[in-house]
Amino acid sequence: MSESNLLKSLDYSVLQQCMHCGMCLPTCPTYDATKFERSSPRGRIRLMREVADGRLDVGPAFADEMSYCLGCLACQTACPAGVDYATLFEAARGEVERRGVAGGLRRRLVRWATMSVLFRRPRLLRALGRLLWLYQRLGVQTAIRRLAVVRLLPRGLQRLESMTPVVRAPFSHQRIAPRETPPAAKHRVALVTGCVQDLLYAAVNRATADVLLANGCEVVTPPWQYCCGSLHAHNGELELARDLARRNLDLYPVDELDAIVSNAGGCGSHLKKYAHLLHNDAAYRDRAEAWDAKVHDIHEWLVKIGVRAPRPSARGLPDQPLTVAYDASCHLLHGQKVARQPLDILRLVPNVVLVPLPEADWCCGAAGVYTLTQPEQSAKLLARKLDYLAGVGAAVVATGNPGCLLQLETGMRRDPRLAHVRVCHPVELLAEAYAAESRK
Amino acid sequence: MTPDAAQLAEKLRALLGEGRVLTAAEDVAVYAYDGTPVLRQNPACVVFPTTTEEVAACVRAAGRGRTPIVTRGSGTGLSGGSVPVEGCLVVCLARMDRVLEVDPRNLTIAVEAGVVTATVEETAARHGLFYPPDPGSRRISTIGGNVAENSGGLRGLKYGVTRDYVMGLEAVLASGEVVWLGNKCVKDVAGYNLRDLFIGSEGTLGIVTRVLLKLLPLPAARQTMLASFTSIEAAGETVSDIIAAKIIPCTLEFLDQQTLRCVEAFAQVGLPTEAAAILIMETDGHPQVVAEESAAMAKIAAARGAIEVRTATDAADAERLLTARRSAFSALARVRPTTILEDVTVPRSELAGMVSFIAATAAKHRLAIGTFGHMGDGNLHPTFLADERDHDEMHRVELALGEIVDRTLAVGGTITGEHGVGLAKKPYLRQQLGDSSYQLLRLVKRALDPEGLLNPGKIFDE
Repeated sequence: MSESNLLKSLDYSVLQQCMHCGMCLPTCPTYDATKFERSSPRGRIRLMREVADGRLDVGPAFADEMSYCLGCLACQTACPAGVDYATLFEAARGEVERRGVAGGLRRRLVRWATMSVLFRRPRLLRALGRLLWLYQRLGVQTAIRRLAVVRLLPRGLQRLESMTPVVRAPFSHQRIAPRETPPAAKHRVALVTGCVQDLLYAAVNRATADVLLANGCEVVTPPWQYCCGSLHAHNGELELARDLARRNLDLYPVDELDAIVSNAGGCGSHLKKYAHLLHNDAAYRDRAEAWDAKVHDIHEWLVKIGVRAPRPSARGLPDQPLTVAYDASCHLLHGQKVARQPLDILRLVPNVVLVPLPEADWCCGAAGVYTLTQPEQSAKLLARKLDYLAGVGAAVVATGNPGCLLQLETGMRRDPRLAHVRVCHPVELLAEAYAAESRK
Repeated sequence: MTPDAAQLAEKLRALLGEGRVLTAAEDVAVYAYDGTPVLRQNPACVVFPTTTEEVAACVRAAGRGRTPIVTRGSGTGLSGGSVPVEGCLVVCLARMDRVLEVDPRNLTIAVEAGVVTATVEETAARHGLFYPPDPGSRRISTIGGNVAENSGGLRGLKYGVTRDYVMGLEAVLASGEVVWLGNKCVKDVAGYNLRDLFIGSEGTLGIVTRVLLKLLPLPAARQTMLASFTSIEAAGETVSDIIAAKIIPCTLEFLDQQTLRCVEAFAQVGLPTEAAAILIMETDGHPQVVAEESAAMAKIAAARGAIEVRTATDAADAERLLTARRSAFSALARVRPTTILEDVTVPRSELAGMVSFIAATAAKHRLAIGTFGHMGDGNLHPTFLADERDHDEMHRVELALGEIVDRTLAVGGTITGEHGVGLAKKPYLRQQLGDSSYQLLRLVKRALDPEGLLNPGKIFDE
């Protein structure tokens, strides 16, 4: 497709909306790290405007800066002028890819394998997940690591091997029936099971279905779902993102649903913007608008329908207080502006005592594939987060996005101060509280 | 880049190392602006010194080739004070950000110029002390920039402005010499008060590298209120009545409907968007005094027909209200692409007339305007909402600005209360000062910076 310069073809008023007051600077983790203006939201927007105005070419430095941005959108929350940074950022990354200025053949190969192949074919993704699961489960991984065979791999792959997350089968379609109906259903909702969530945290999906059922929602869960496309949109592949959006719009019976529920902050943030993504697509635009209006984050949906407080456990003994620190997923907080609801949900759980976590609104460094693209900065942000978590000393850390769960889990497992601390999604605690109601 | 600039950059790299000297197109383009709308000029080079000695070395290196120097902190100024001039070296002090000393026995704090204003306030608060000046950009503005612009804020009415808290400062002169002016003494009349010369000098006389600030005890109590009115006049009269009742609250902030609607769209703190105007009022000090003063202010507002007077429920609620107010200027950018901010200040007795005059002038020139400001100290921020690509509209903005300035000066006011002259107010300075005072400014500049190296073309043309 012969798209012209993506930044030039943007509505100019989006760029002009930034009046460079600088209010975003103190909220930007990369500006905080470098104190260089180009690593700030205001600086990045200026660079985009220079490109749009034809005063600057898109070169490696521009590509680096757009890659260095976490896309955490904290700047969007801070911006009094209402700048739509997410749109600008996606267009800028799209332009970097269109010009082909970033990286070499290997980067292109990896991007093709993941974004064009794996994350577009759900069956293939799950098959790979199954293979990884076998590899980890049958002790091959341990054996290979012990025999130091990994050292024969190229360095990049070695690093990747060491970072391979633990795949947790069974996957969502084996845990959740395509349609589950509670007695006296009041709402009908679709459950988006996600890609990473499905392979690593299918239990969170089961818990989500359980809390929906406990709150009078019939749950429709298509067994084979497409990636929402956020991975693609955030990494400059807007056409692939549009293709996936159309597939999802075709897959779900939007008209028959009261809500489309996501439990992943990153996916939800993107799922709510299909209309914007497809605004030039006459065939899908209206359907996308109806879709956007129905997409809800699980916490948001539960609070909206008046979530039921679990009854204290039937065991008769008072439950031990459970200290919980909530770390906000950036795309849930800044992207979707769902700030209060996860805390409301956690407060409902009978024995939970919330402990305030400093900088809970600051990125943990997961940021999609940032751990792979910017390992150094990602590690710094993780270390900063772990210090705060160790400081508050909660028994549980809860967060509403699989990327954040994985990042925190990886970091905490290696950290003696936090190795014993549980990491989970808020709905898991709620689901457990519902389950405990009937337990004697 | 010119050969001279390339040579200078090479010298600076030898001084500071590769990583703290920027010359690439992507790097200099993002130092072309500060917080002032419309203005844009790329520098030739940007450096990040971390010590006074490095600043002095940079100044000497630039001076040899007569390269102009523009000092910058976080770039949030509102008069173009840190907007580069062509071919200049930007000396960015953002990395000189160490708190040097808190002295609870003398109630002072010493900091480097790049320390963020909010950090000064928070550090002081940890010792039970209080740094009152609070410019709207306090979470990112640097203390060096505050001193250079003599910034005000929401508490000016009771506590004054940055100048009132600077006890001493270190500055690098155009020659590269380093001077220290001031000390921890409450009284000091040894020689000319040169410290005050540098406060508000907008980077034209020297580069402020360290600052010694006066602190106060942290007020024991604080009460914040929000009063809404059906007319701008009623809000204005409430302010006059409060002053006449001999109450000096720490904050008396005014927002008109246009502004409060934009602020509410951003902050969502429950501002009454149907009101024609609101006042945010805050009193602090001894709990009993605070209780008496807040009751008296609420009563005065009610007597002037306030629709509602709401009291902040707790400190967090109060902070939300004040934070919302601090976002006013930026929030107005939601309406039109270009926001032109004014900073006229008049004696408080002239306030009501000035507010009406501004509204009438905007109407006369068919311009959208949002007005907010520090009503208690007579400092108004009428903000034109325009589009810089519409030349006819921008011309009408200029006409309206001229008329507002004329009127301000006619009633004994000033063209800028807290933002500085910089580039934005330069055309009006001579009109305010008159010829002899204007020449005196030039004389001072020539004495301290004979070659015109430091922020040339700001405040006045040399």
